[in-house]
Amino acid sequence: MQSTPNKKKQYWKKNLKYLSILLSIWFLVSFVFGIILVDELNSIRLGGFKLGFWFAQQGSIYVFVILIFVYIKLMNKLDNEFEFNE
Amino acid sequence: MSIQIWTWILVGITFTLYIGIAIWSRAGSTKEFYVAGGGVSPLANGLATAADWMSAASFISMAGLISFNGYDGSVYLMGWTGGYVLLALLLAPYLRKFGKFTVPDFIGDRYYSNVARSVAVFCALLVSFTYVAGQMRGVGLVFSRFLEVDINTGVIIGMIIVLFYAVLGGMKGITYTQVAQYCVLIFAFMVPAIFISIQMTGNPIPQLGFGGADESGVYLLDKLDGLHKELGFAEYTSGSKTTLDVFLITAALMVGTAGLPHVIVRFFTVKKVADARKSAGWALLFIAILYTTAPAIAVFSRTNLIETVSNKDYETLPKWFSNWEKTGLITFEDKNNDGKVQYLADPKMNELIVDKDIMVLANPEIAQLPNWVIALVAAGGLAAALSTAAGLLLVISASVSHDLIKKMINPKISEKGELIAARLSAVVAVCVAGYFGINPPDFVAATVALAFGLAAASFFPAIVLGIFSKRMNKEGAIAGMIVGILSMLFYMLKFKFDWFGGGTKEDWWFGISPEGFGTVAMFANFAIAILISKFTPKPPTEVQEIVENIRIPSGAGEAQNH
Repeated sequence: MQSTPNKKKQYWKKNLKYLSILLSIWFLVSFVFGIILVDELNSIRLGGFKLGFWFAQQGSIYVFVILIFVYIKLMNKLDNEFEFNE
Repeated sequence: MSIQIWTWILVGITFTLYIGIAIWSRAGSTKEFYVAGGGVSPLANGLATAADWMSAASFISMAGLISFNGYDGSVYLMGWTGGYVLLALLLAPYLRKFGKFTVPDFIGDRYYSNVARSVAVFCALLVSFTYVAGQMRGVGLVFSRFLEVDINTGVIIGMIIVLFYAVLGGMKGITYTQVAQYCVLIFAFMVPAIFISIQMTGNPIPQLGFGGADESGVYLLDKLDGLHKELGFAEYTSGSKTTLDVFLITAALMVGTAGLPHVIVRFFTVKKVADARKSAGWALLFIAILYTTAPAIAVFSRTNLIETVSNKDYETLPKWFSNWEKTGLITFEDKNNDGKVQYLADPKMNELIVDKDIMVLANPEIAQLPNWVIALVAAGGLAAALSTAAGLLLVISASVSHDLIKKMINPKISEKGELIAARLSAVVAVCVAGYFGINPPDFVAATVALAFGLAAASFFPAIVLGIFSKRMNKEGAIAGMIVGILSMLFYMLKFKFDWFGGGTKEDWWFGISPEGFGTVAMFANFAIAILISKFTPKPPTEVQEIVENIRIPSGAGEAQNH
């Protein structure tokens, strides 16, 4: 097993990697799909919804919930791996 | 049974429940009073957070706002849910590991400075007071419409209930009443939504129903876009705000949500770091149930409203119309004397003004649902307002008794003395909130946006930098917070209150609304903080150790009073 300071650094690096991936998705579904590209996406239909409108009022929220639960899963695994769990 | 009798019964049952819970879970120590003893389960904390977060505005006003603004209303939906992703990923686990009682506690210790602590206390009080005034008003409104008592009597009844369980139970009492209040409010929100969704689209799930079609096979949203075009309104599914402004308002609401002290403090109540993450997940899931239903209600009620009133003879309108006319929340003026209601975008020709706050409350009546459903909505509105009010009052009382008295004025105060101080400040806070509920300042609506802007411009950068940058020092953080708050206050006062020469929409900097300016002020805070910290000394070693320590989840222990 590695020394503690090194272990902490590794753990933090992994955490930052997860954060940047998850927050990119967070930005993509809300700010990009729901706002910046909303008019372009509105030309695509999802049943009765225009896709951009759907992302702004429904889709982004579903993705937010999924993102947090994915984060919980990833971090619990990481905690176990580094024995930082309690 | 009449609506009024149903309402008395349902409100009576729910209020008895809240009081019963408060007596069962009263607080005996400061730790129980501030953070419920630190032993709340993630699921219960998720439920409580959801109730704490969803205020009278979410329950009563939001669907109406979306209903009248169409796509532009998306800023609230994304803004008030996306903030939880930031909260879960960037703040909650680390603040729980830090393990103190309040947000100013973190700012004061991390930036080893009572100046920083004072700035944080000031922001926490300002944000919480502006917020709580609106809640008490919401309580008064529900009472006056459904129980036909005076608004002021309604506010006073609400005050007594909140006083009872917030003062007696502290965070512990609040947490378990909020769990009950979530159940009441979500049931009250969903029942009419499901009924109406079945009526209008045949689909019992509102989230799918509003993308569905009516009997003639026309998609509901297409029909609504068509109606809007006919009457001269902007198309429902596209907005009228600029993309930049929508972007900035959404960001300000997200970041503001993550920086609100009454939300953050809920994550101090769980046992360990993993539980803090988990309760953020539960909280957003429970919030999302309401937030994905609200846009459906918005579309149903908008379509229903236009189809029921537009170009109809005034004499033949259903009874709910005259009921709400009596409250002054619907007004009709027959400008061209043809006896029909012309509901048009053009203000010169339009004859109907509908207050957006009534859409959720009137919706069950418009859809002709049974009386008990209408009464249920009243009980749900009260649950939403009371739960948020209680959470805010706790932040106010902890700011006074813990951050001001214990940490700055009289550090030697005994545990018992601090608990008494906490209860007394809660009493004073309830009275102040009640006063603002009875005599609402004209600026309540304007200041709610200010509350988010301030939280975004002050707390969020200071906390995030405090966790993610070991180099950030007190000089940088204090300068950042002050620049953030002042620029936000300046822009708000200039364009909302006509100070500093005032200005209209045309004068907004780059077309940025005051609601969206919080994002700009937040970036200013970050930039100034980082710049100043480069030219000032590093934080002391023990502070750098704190930062190292909060990044690792193990060994959190329980919330400490030092």
